[in-house]
Amino acid sequence: MTSLNVLLAVCLAYVIFLFLVAFFAERAGIQGRGGWLLRSPLVYTLSLSIYCTAWTFYGAVGNAARSGLEYVTIYLGPSLVIIGWWWILRRLVRIGRSYKVTSIADLISSRFGKSNTLAIVVTVMAVITVTPYIALQLQSVTLSLSIFSAAEQGADGTRIDTDYAAFWIAVGLAIFTVLFGTRNLNVNERHHGVVIAVAVEAVVKLVALLAVGIFVVWGIAGGLQETLARIDASDLGTWQTDGSRWATLTFLSAAAFLCLPRMFQVMVVENDDERHLQIASWAFPLYLMLMSLFVIPIAVIGLEVLPEGSNPDLFVLSLPLSEGRDGLAMFSFLGGFSSATSMVIVATLALSTMVSNHIVMPIFLYLRQGGASQSGDVREVVILSRRLSILGIIALGYIYYEASGGFGALAAIGLVSFAGVAQFLPAMLGGIFWRGATGLGALCGLAVGFLLWVYTMLLPSFGPGVVLSAQIFEQGLFGLGLLRPHALFGIDGLDPMVHAVLWSLLLNTGVFALVSLFSFPNPLERLQGAQFVNVFDHSVPTRGWNATVAESEDLMIMAQRILGAGEARTLFSDQARAQGLSGHLPEPTPDFLQHLERVLAGSVGAATAHAMISQIVGGSSVSVHDLMAVADESAQMLEYSNQLEAKSHELSQTAAQLRAANTKLMQISAQKDAFLSQISHELRTPMTSIRAFSEILRDTEGMGPMEKTKYANIIHVEAIRLTRLLDDLLDLSVLENGQVTLNQQTGSLADLLDRAIATAQASASRPMKIRRRRLNETITLQTDLDRLSQVFINLMTNAQKYCAATAPELLIDVTEHDGRIMIDFIDNGDGIPVDAREMMFEKFSRIGAQDSNGAGLGLAICREIMARLGGDVSYLAEVEGTGFRVVLPHSVALAAQ
Amino acid sequence: MGRTPLPLFLERSSYRKRRMMDAVKLLVILGACLWMVPVLWPSDGQPGTVPITMSRALFYVFGVWVLLIVLPAFLMRKVRSDLRAEGEPGDDA
Repeated sequence: MTSLNVLLAVCLAYVIFLFLVAFFAERAGIQGRGGWLLRSPLVYTLSLSIYCTAWTFYGAVGNAARSGLEYVTIYLGPSLVIIGWWWILRRLVRIGRSYKVTSIADLISSRFGKSNTLAIVVTVMAVITVTPYIALQLQSVTLSLSIFSAAEQGADGTRIDTDYAAFWIAVGLAIFTVLFGTRNLNVNERHHGVVIAVAVEAVVKLVALLAVGIFVVWGIAGGLQETLARIDASDLGTWQTDGSRWATLTFLSAAAFLCLPRMFQVMVVENDDERHLQIASWAFPLYLMLMSLFVIPIAVIGLEVLPEGSNPDLFVLSLPLSEGRDGLAMFSFLGGFSSATSMVIVATLALSTMVSNHIVMPIFLYLRQGGASQSGDVREVVILSRRLSILGIIALGYIYYEASGGFGALAAIGLVSFAGVAQFLPAMLGGIFWRGATGLGALCGLAVGFLLWVYTMLLPSFGPGVVLSAQIFEQGLFGLGLLRPHALFGIDGLDPMVHAVLWSLLLNTGVFALVSLFSFPNPLERLQGAQFVNVFDHSVPTRGWNATVAESEDLMIMAQRILGAGEARTLFSDQARAQGLSGHLPEPTPDFLQHLERVLAGSVGAATAHAMISQIVGGSSVSVHDLMAVADESAQMLEYSNQLEAKSHELSQTAAQLRAANTKLMQISAQKDAFLSQISHELRTPMTSIRAFSEILRDTEGMGPMEKTKYANIIHVEAIRLTRLLDDLLDLSVLENGQVTLNQQTGSLADLLDRAIATAQASASRPMKIRRRRLNETITLQTDLDRLSQVFINLMTNAQKYCAATAPELLIDVTEHDGRIMIDFIDNGDGIPVDAREMMFEKFSRIGAQDSNGAGLGLAICREIMARLGGDVSYLAEVEGTGFRVVLPHSVALAAQ
Repeated sequence: MGRTPLPLFLERSSYRKRRMMDAVKLLVILGACLWMVPVLWPSDGQPGTVPITMSRALFYVFGVWVLLIVLPAFLMRKVRSDLRAEGEPGDDA
């Protein structure tokens, strides 16, 4: 007889073996070796077999012993789903790969506009519905252990302490899962090691069950014909299954197959290649068929051979044991153990991903409030939260097991879970097939379905008087007959399971559709909806990552474009060396990718870098979310560059102004120099003649009075010239310093012009012809008329002096515009050269060398005077000849009217 | 986006393969119908009916199963090469 200790030792050895398998598979996966195995459709098909849990392994026989062929419906549903892969699974897998969906909660929340509420609701529902399932695995392993211990200690011996055993099994499973599932983090939430281990376990459980079946049929019953005859002769010999249960269970198992978090994990998340579905479409039904092939024979023979009252859930173990086949029993135990462990590992992994991604991390990040700039420490937190979630989920399973007292048929507990997860079906299918489905609809549907499931199935599953009182069962909630948990709305007579599934899914779907029809989705939701529903229009079929080095090459090419060839090559070869590789290309490990992403982010922004890398590595399309992040980033960059451009424009303008100012200063300085030499010349000429003639007067003796008068006269004229020059300088200085006092007078413009012309012509050697329009000149002015006349005289004198025409002519034109009086002095000369125009109003500015008389102060004085009078004098560039315009301000003319 | 327009009519062999793919897609309906037949079987104890024996029920259910395993495997083999040449597995024909 196998001792319990041997059994435990074998279990431990088996677990270590599995761990090594997972470990080497993971390593091979990272190094890119063994890809053909890791990514073969065989492994994919076998990994799907986590659908067959300990419930299947033990419970199917128990179920068959109780209700005949009904157990097979649990496999018919999934078989149909996978045979019809083209309709739903293909779409799910494509969406899962294209949008990097990590769990069913992620799928539903992403589809409905990344709704966090939905993610949390689905996660919580998944935890609640899967908890009984995990308890089921604990229960089955505990039960199977107790069979061995009972056998060991004799039929009347004390059984092992089941609570104690269950506790240690839970601890063991938790450690196992933590070790398996959270050794490292993968961007795609994939676990190659786990998948391989699951595949190995799938083979073990199938072979174990087949071995027991073959032993039963050919070893105990004595051949196929004999077995069939015994089956027909037994209590199970005729068809007894209720039609409604048959149909409902088939549908329910199909729904659960799609919605169970662990199935979603292996089927969608871990899928490497869409083509695997084609193989699985016949290989997985084959697996399921083989798993269920010997169930009825084992049940029938067990009922026949084993003593009355034996637990039919354990026939798979107790039959070989009763026949003394310890080895076979041990193998069968390992099969059951495999079913339980693989299910718990994958289910817990899937759930912990959901819990940590949708509940723990958001809370953590919210509490940190943007402090998560260093991704390194977040990784630590993610792993920690995964581990805590795993422990929490297994603890919940253990608590449920304890609370439910560890009894109840396995199949019944399993069905409760199935009906719970099936509530995701409307939201999931609606989400991927119907663009009109809205998040609000999904939320309402889920809530209604979940509440109905809790009320009609979960709570009653504890039995009357545990959670729901017997009174509620008989009279309904609050005494309302319409609310009886097994006869809602007064419809009685249905099987409780059929009743619960029917109402919860019907109302779930109805509310989902109705609320969707009457609500309006937000823009992100509509975008995601369109993308998910039309996924085949804008994605390519997913193929395996067959060449990891090719991926590195792609990364290299991309990095070169962004970083430049030299820097990219250095970066890559450094990383390759750090990984201990001899070549220039490192393996695309998560660490390397993260490093590369950080480096690229320095150049192109974090969101863009992430999108680029995931495009190459993940084979996934860039999500709307990514695009929006990229757009934000680009907008920021654009704004920054716009600011820079504006600044540089401003700078160049300032520089141009400075240059202009500098040129002007240089000109002024040159002018000053010129003037100083000019003024010294101007001063020296009269001074020289004054000195010369005064010396003559002093030194020449016997000079006649005529001569004396002549010389004195010359000295006088020269002194006047000097005085005039000094007067002008003084005048200008006074005007510029603003010390001038204006002498307001009233007079007619015509008179003023008359006088000015007379004065100007008087000093001229050759008077020029003056043309006027006297009619326009009848304006009365009130201003400093003397100063104004000084301006006119100056302008006319200049015209007379500088007009080079053979018959000089001056037009004086007075116009009035907007109340301002404009007096133009236009001669028929050559005009002023363009380069001189800017400087001609400056002091000491003289045009050309033709002027020997003036000091270049006239126009400067005119401008100062006009500025004092509130008007202006400017050069008229657009006329023929030389023209100046004097503008008198509004007030001057107004005052005159 | 980017889907190259397929020719409206196909040559005979491609046409045949497309229909094989259709058959693969429709298999699930066949399976569902066949497996729902037991709903119509008389349950044990119904008066005036001959109950179905368990061995017959087993043969029927597992027979359908074998059919649903062999048929897609066979059909898939027939269309595989064609689909590989044309890319996308089983997009609309």
